[in-house]
Amino acid sequence: MPVVGASTPSPPRPRMERRRTFRATDARLLSQVFFLALFCFVSWITWFSRLGGYPVSLFLEVDPLVAVATALSTRTVYRALGWSLLLIVPTIVLGRFFCNWVCPYGTLHQAMAWVFAKRRGRNPIDPNRYRPIFRAKYVLLAFLLVLAALGSLQIGLLDPLSLMFRTFTTTVAPAFDRIVTPGIEAGVVPDALRFAPGSKEDRLFQGSLLVGWVMLAFLLANLVIPRFFCRTLCPLGALLGVLARFALFRIDRDPHTCTNCDLCLRGCEGASDPHLLLRTSECFVCMNCIEDCPEGALSFRFLPPSESAVAGVETSRRRLVTGAMAALVTYPLLRTGLAVSDRTFSAAVIRPPGSPAEPEFLSRCIKCDQCIRVCPTNVLQPAVLEAGPEGLWTPVMNMRAGYCELNCTLCGHVCPTGAILPISIEEKLGLGRFRSQGPVKVGTAFVDKSRCLPFAMETPCVVCEEVCPTSPKAIGSYEETITRWDGRTVTLRKPFVRPELCIGCGICEHECPVVDQRAIYVTGVGETRSKARSLLLKG
Amino acid sequence: MKPSWRSPLTPLEAPRQPHPSDERQKQQYAAGGPRRASRRDVLRLLGATTAAAAGTGAAWLWLRDPTGRAARPETAVVRLPAGGFAVPALPGMPELAIVRGRDPLPMMRAGLQALGGVRRFVASGDTVVVKPNVAFDRAPVLGATTNPEALAALVAVLRDGGAREVRVVDNPINSPEGSFHKSGIAEAARRSGARLMLPDPAHFRTLAVDGAELIARWPMLYRPFVGATKVIGIAPLKDHNLCSASMTMKNWYGLLGGRRNQFHQRIHEIVAELALMMRPTLVILDATRVLMSNGPTGGSLSDVKPMDTMVLATDQLAADAYGYEMLLERDPSRLPYLQLAEARGVGTRQWRRLRREEIQV
Repeated sequence: MPVVGASTPSPPRPRMERRRTFRATDARLLSQVFFLALFCFVSWITWFSRLGGYPVSLFLEVDPLVAVATALSTRTVYRALGWSLLLIVPTIVLGRFFCNWVCPYGTLHQAMAWVFAKRRGRNPIDPNRYRPIFRAKYVLLAFLLVLAALGSLQIGLLDPLSLMFRTFTTTVAPAFDRIVTPGIEAGVVPDALRFAPGSKEDRLFQGSLLVGWVMLAFLLANLVIPRFFCRTLCPLGALLGVLARFALFRIDRDPHTCTNCDLCLRGCEGASDPHLLLRTSECFVCMNCIEDCPEGALSFRFLPPSESAVAGVETSRRRLVTGAMAALVTYPLLRTGLAVSDRTFSAAVIRPPGSPAEPEFLSRCIKCDQCIRVCPTNVLQPAVLEAGPEGLWTPVMNMRAGYCELNCTLCGHVCPTGAILPISIEEKLGLGRFRSQGPVKVGTAFVDKSRCLPFAMETPCVVCEEVCPTSPKAIGSYEETITRWDGRTVTLRKPFVRPELCIGCGICEHECPVVDQRAIYVTGVGETRSKARSLLLKG
Repeated sequence: MKPSWRSPLTPLEAPRQPHPSDERQKQQYAAGGPRRASRRDVLRLLGATTAAAAGTGAAWLWLRDPTGRAARPETAVVRLPAGGFAVPALPGMPELAIVRGRDPLPMMRAGLQALGGVRRFVASGDTVVVKPNVAFDRAPVLGATTNPEALAALVAVLRDGGAREVRVVDNPINSPEGSFHKSGIAEAARRSGARLMLPDPAHFRTLAVDGAELIARWPMLYRPFVGATKVIGIAPLKDHNLCSASMTMKNWYGLLGGRRNQFHQRIHEIVAELALMMRPTLVILDATRVLMSNGPTGGSLSDVKPMDTMVLATDQLAADAYGYEMLLERDPSRLPYLQLAEARGVGTRQWRRLRREEIQV
């Protein structure tokens, strides 16, 4: 290319020499951007007015870790989880391409690692050498799968897609909605842009700090080891790695052409040792090594000679057994606690309508929090400790944050694993052919007479009765005319609950004016999902 | 090959390097001790100190708040136009139109005709806020929300009358999108060419209501009223557990935000003050399907009685008094908010004294 100096009269712009053709890594980058954008879009449309029947949980439904782990924990493959074959089959053919072509979390990590490497200007080769600690993910996978087989599904803690959805729901979406608020106030941003349009108040999420910090910690770990999460912890990556050991296509190095310069490691995302024997299970199929090789010694080939790759997954059987043993020890410790038992469960564990009994719920919930995202009233919250250690980030209802809307069953419809079943309005309300079985109850309301305005403070109120949505109302009131302390005569309506009618929706608690500790509140007892947690002999 | 992995917790093996300043200090001492401060050094120091002090002082003057007033910031308030959105009275015209029929569109036209024609209420270029009651996520047949057909008819008539924009507005008790959708109001508004304005946290302002005690200052869903020239309430006639009936005056409750669940402590006064807050162009009491019991939520067809009636009035109090006595068939002397509203001068509950027209369509 000619160098254009200051004194040179500007010549007609020279035709740019075609620097390069469209390469495999360009296609990969496009794919990554597309899937990250698709992920953001999917999270954004997971909302009442935008659902329109789209498969908003499809990312989770093609996630083989979700399918395999729930198959172990429930002995069934729920609804659309069979679509995970869409990922399993190509992984067997092409290797762990998902990690560097599709996974939105992987893309985030790659971007962070790239930024950190630029900033620190460090040696680009050494950080991408394989390290023994990368075997940890297989041990973790063994632990999580055995735990799942025993009935406690904990893959959601680290499954990258669950982690992404959870983080978007509880941190990114509300943060975005707050950032655009001044623009909406000024009238320059349409309120339809919000993640949660048509909300009266800002949405709140319990423990969003923890969820946000977990995300930040994993992203910052790229400072120490690039793609730390993907290489070291990701249980989905580990599962795909197991599948990828049979990959028909993989990177192959021609030892005759190779000069052992190690430049192939410069962009190696998976740290899969393309300069030696390829660790197929670690390779993300990012194709960087092929482009970085100055000798053209690397290629992506169909059935290359088996001597050029490490056979199998780089973990000893002993380590896998250790992971499995850890699960065998952990499971009884989890269930010896009080949280899951029908005798000692916490009053705050109010599960969304359509949830099966607690043990079945815990064998299905992957903590993706899609239900929490779609919930229009903000009542669904990620549990922190109320549901026990197993229930971390599973959905519970907090009636101070919201209430269960009567004619709404959205949570069950977006749930990818059947931890909340997609019941109909008829089933939820006990109408039509569900009349004999009655409505789905999630709990029961109780009046705290020591805080209730008419009971304790000679002041009229009964908002609870007004908003009670059942017909006839599950909250009634006694009328009582009294002489107040100041001599005025006042007619009070004192509320009471009709437990046969109460469905535990919690709108009474939500609308109660005694806001800090409500004078009417719902607890989980009386829920229909478990006979052992019922309240009345009948009803 | 030896892995290059080293735990980040492993201490650095290299001995501590001497700091560059150590070397400089050594040289200074070798040259006979540190350099003495020159005049220039002293002046520079003094200058810097003075500038820093002046800057700090200026910042202090600029930001000072001796009484801590900033901890209790004053809320900026907005007001609705003085006189509200009412149109001038038309002597000799009926003030109450009671329309009976099955088809809301001709009913609406006939009712407006009786009150002086649609031209009386909407001029071309008007921006009209229409306030239905969409409080709950109920199907229209359950009578807990405004009949969407009636709303569509109203919007159509207003659009025909030349309204530039019709905004359909409410702040429901249930989730806004769900309530607007399931009540059929969203669809009716879209179909009839109105603009739906759902609440948003950024759409609320503190409203000042002169003469009010309870809502002298209260957060209101204000954005839809920016640029509005007319306001029409269209409220279903409903039973209400606490204040006996929810009609056109109580309908304005849905414009408020904040801690509105406290209103129930003085429910009759608040209904009267709501009428003081909003002086509408017109109100329509929608008694096509009347929720007779289990109000205001209803939830069962057995709570609903079809009455196929609409009451149109410029006087919201008269409309409510009529509806309570003649449609709900309850004793108006036992509904305190009617008297309280009259005492506040928002209208008359003596609907019998008003000129009225009863129409069968």
